[in-house]
Amino acid sequence: MDRAVHDTGGRPTTEPIDRTEHELEDWEVLTDALAAALASAGLMNVDEMRRGIESMPRAEYERASYYERWLFSIETILAEKGVLAPGELEARL
Amino acid sequence: MSLEVGQRVRVAAREHPGHHRTPGYLKGRVGTVERCHGSFTNPETRAYGDSGLPEKALYLVRFDNGVPVYADIFEHWLEAE
Repeated sequence: MDRAVHDTGGRPTTEPIDRTEHELEDWEVLTDALAAALASAGLMNVDEMRRGIESMPRAEYERASYYERWLFSIETILAEKGVLAPGELEARL
Repeated sequence: MSLEVGQRVRVAAREHPGHHRTPGYLKGRVGTVERCHGSFTNPETRAYGDSGLPEKALYLVRFDNGVPVYADIFEHWLEAE
């Protein structure tokens, strides 16, 4: 049965689980706050955000960190809803 | 559908291309209903901008294949054994 990119539970692996803790960087804290602000403004719910994460191409998903996946999804959902115009983010970076 | 605590249930072994919260490793497995958490909006439709109504019952199901595993599974993924 086909499994989506995030549905990794129970897959055999020889890779050890990385249990190291790390301090959150500022952009990660801001990303968390952004998602919470979007939710309270009614612009994105948690199920939409999960769906956006699951829509990542496999190679990108595997390479991305936890909050990079959040950012990918926030951008995807906001573009889908027309909150972000095409190219708007790139123009500001 | 209403399931009783202690009832044996099988997780539907179906594909679902869209967002859903049933882990692949439990599809087709048989477990026992431990508890009903109540009813919640459906993430499968809410993920696409819908209201998620009608609410669906969410059950805590215990799977035991040597090591017990507990998972929250929505009613429409469970079939009475």
